[in-house]
Amino acid sequence: MKVRIKFTKTGPMQYVGHLDLLRYFQKAFRRAGVDIAYSSGYRPHQIVSFASPLGIGLTSEGEYMDAQFVTVDDSQTMIDRLNAVMAEGIRITQFLVLDEKERNAMASVAGADYRVTVRQGYYELVDFSDFCGEFLRQDAIFVTKKTKKGEKDEDIRPYIYEMRGTAEGLYLLLCAGSSHNLKPETVMEAFCAFLHMPYETFGFRIHRLDTYLQDDPDDITTLRPLGAVGHEAKTDHYETKE
Amino acid sequence: MNTLALSHEILMSIEKPARYIGHEINSVRKDPTKVDVRFAMCFPDVYEIGMSHLGIQIIYDMLNRRDDVFCERVYSPWLDLDAIMREKGIPLFALESQTPVKEFDFLGITIQYEMCYTNILQILDLSGIPICAKDRTESDPIVIGGGPCTYNPEPLADFFDLFYIGEGETEYYHLIDLYKKNQRDGGSRKDFLEKAAAVPGMYVPSLYDVLYHPDGTIMEMRPNHPNAPEKVRRQVVVDVTDTFYPEAPVVPYIKATQDRVVLEIQRGCIRGCRFCQAGQVYRPVRERDVEMLKSCAAAMLANTGHEEISLSSLSSSDYSSLKELTYYLIDVCREKRVNISLPSLRIDAFSLDVMSKVQDVRKGSMTFAPEAGSQRMRDVINKGLTEEDILNGAMEAFRGGWQKVKLYFMLGLPGETEEDIRGIAYLSDAIARQYYSIPKEQRNGRCAITASASFFVPKPFTPLQWAPMSDYKTYMDKAHIVNDCMKEQLNRKSIRFQWHDAKTTILEGVLARGDRRLCRVIYDAYRAGCLYDAWTEYFDYDKWMRAFDANGIDISFYTTRKRELDERFPWDFIDIGVTKQFLQREWKRSLAGETTPNCRAQCSGCGASVYGGGVCYESKD
Repeated sequence: MKVRIKFTKTGPMQYVGHLDLLRYFQKAFRRAGVDIAYSSGYRPHQIVSFASPLGIGLTSEGEYMDAQFVTVDDSQTMIDRLNAVMAEGIRITQFLVLDEKERNAMASVAGADYRVTVRQGYYELVDFSDFCGEFLRQDAIFVTKKTKKGEKDEDIRPYIYEMRGTAEGLYLLLCAGSSHNLKPETVMEAFCAFLHMPYETFGFRIHRLDTYLQDDPDDITTLRPLGAVGHEAKTDHYETKE
Repeated sequence: MNTLALSHEILMSIEKPARYIGHEINSVRKDPTKVDVRFAMCFPDVYEIGMSHLGIQIIYDMLNRRDDVFCERVYSPWLDLDAIMREKGIPLFALESQTPVKEFDFLGITIQYEMCYTNILQILDLSGIPICAKDRTESDPIVIGGGPCTYNPEPLADFFDLFYIGEGETEYYHLIDLYKKNQRDGGSRKDFLEKAAAVPGMYVPSLYDVLYHPDGTIMEMRPNHPNAPEKVRRQVVVDVTDTFYPEAPVVPYIKATQDRVVLEIQRGCIRGCRFCQAGQVYRPVRERDVEMLKSCAAAMLANTGHEEISLSSLSSSDYSSLKELTYYLIDVCREKRVNISLPSLRIDAFSLDVMSKVQDVRKGSMTFAPEAGSQRMRDVINKGLTEEDILNGAMEAFRGGWQKVKLYFMLGLPGETEEDIRGIAYLSDAIARQYYSIPKEQRNGRCAITASASFFVPKPFTPLQWAPMSDYKTYMDKAHIVNDCMKEQLNRKSIRFQWHDAKTTILEGVLARGDRRLCRVIYDAYRAGCLYDAWTEYFDYDKWMRAFDANGIDISFYTTRKRELDERFPWDFIDIGVTKQFLQREWKRSLAGETTPNCRAQCSGCGASVYGGGVCYESKD
């Protein structure tokens, strides 16, 4: 059965890259002794995929992965068993069973939101939240994108769904996924350029809040967390179906 | 998060920041302020290499079982971080607590290969610990070395306070207790070292003076303190079953070289290959009980989540319960979807059956280590393997479906002739001929034979410790003779030949049989920028040669010089159990091309029976 797992990635784990995180989870599932499904062949492997890779140095409380399981216990038991073997910085917060027809996490990603705060020692006298409105009122926000052939200007304005000041810093809701994946760093770089300030690579602490799918591709009000589509597992419900 | 020693900016500016963050699964967390002794255990190479080493995991587990000790890990910062640490004055830190190594009571360094010597100096330097032991003060950790290179610790004598000669399981607890007592009694660093010198297996280099003959060889190595014994006895774990074994080794986040559970099935080797140091210094062979190994394997797989397990030992085919253990693991691993990585096994019906069960025959390769091309040379090195064994083994493998064969050879063995050298090409071709003797319809295209040659380095405590080495040009000429000869072979298109550069060999040879006078050279080479010498791309031979020149040291004294049978070697103060008389006998037999039977076939009286265990006392059925 298809399972969707929501997890956090904070603390020291922010420096563990995407592929290493995959290996980490494969070992964690073995340690937890959960009944995950394996591919066949000489080197059987777990069938696991992440929704949207998080860059090194970013933290998150809204990561998702999909995995195939053979049998599961109820969601809370699964969460507890997995959390018992997790490293500091990774917490499992949801364990959901998906309908077979459900699109996988990676294919369904359409957006992600972030909390951006200024790292200590940077931009001390700047209150970015004051300028969000002005920044967004531009007709277009061009950034230079490096491609295989060279450089190309691209308008990122359509992919910034929301950007506003909050008590802690900024809130960003951005387009994500395979068609237009807008990184929060790119937005902050453009924001700094708009404010005629140098962009400090390490100046911002970026924390992903959640990752979203979108029911109607033309209507961003239909964004829902990736974890909104599954349902809680109940023990006797999901025995192996041969 | 301020629990890391390195800032976000630094971690984001270097390769693989996960090398430095600690917090791995099964890593130990203790409050450093609540223990009596803090021990930093270091492997002086990059994290991925160091984390693959079983010995550290054993000692880490053993020391951390004590509530009064906190053992942490340290590895060499990679060159990118090395530069940043020097520029910003960041002290080297241990992974668990992320606090400076300088604050520890002990810095233990495992010395696995000669080419890591400059990395040891880097560790000391970045830690802010004086590189030379004589300059250290009461606030510096006790720097203790262990591992295979301590069977000749002399080239490193100036840099270590103490060497632990032998297997770590036996004396560390005594040493820790002694340290605690010395602290309680208000004893100094010097007091501790003098007391430690009396603990079995401990070598305190500052307590010995070396006198030389006019020709540069050693006249005498004289203890200058009553506690320092004339001979330091290698420590051996007699019962390798009832001992420490880590059931929950640390699991790295990034892919280590050995990303798997390692099960050490036995220590030592019965074979007595004359070039092999491990084959002498780990005598006698001691097997772990198969039931212990089964339970360790299960526990380690459950505690790590590794998807692969490998068996580790010298000459694993000689482990008497190998069949039982292997078939057990195959069953367990199939159920758990764990891969088994097999050690090199003698080719027979059993190993072929096992290999066909654990690897994809079409993709996998079969490895042979004939070590020398001619039978005469194999007799010289006592590699008890005949051409017939090799060809039959290869044929069995080919019939079993394998097409890829890897062959390992050494060049530069003592008394080697051009015909012996060409033997490498002849043997490679003979193996290919075996393959093509199979009817075309029963084989699957071409075979692929890869022959690799490295250059022989004579090591202390081997029968070949008297052997002279060659110079650089001679080594490379030998490789070219093989290469040219390969091109003349019938099946040249199925054979690939590769060889190492001999520059590393030469330096390794100098350091392996070196003495205390080399400390200055190592120091100067490090100061000149030599680091990560084990990494071909960073190895700077010319810098090393300049360091030798600057110190007025002619490397030929250590490499090509003929050593007399009664020469006193720098490592002769160590008693490994195996006697010098035995090694001399073996050296003579080697020169005469006479072989010596393995320990189980017939005891050759090497001396290792003094340890009172292992193969020497197996009941002869």
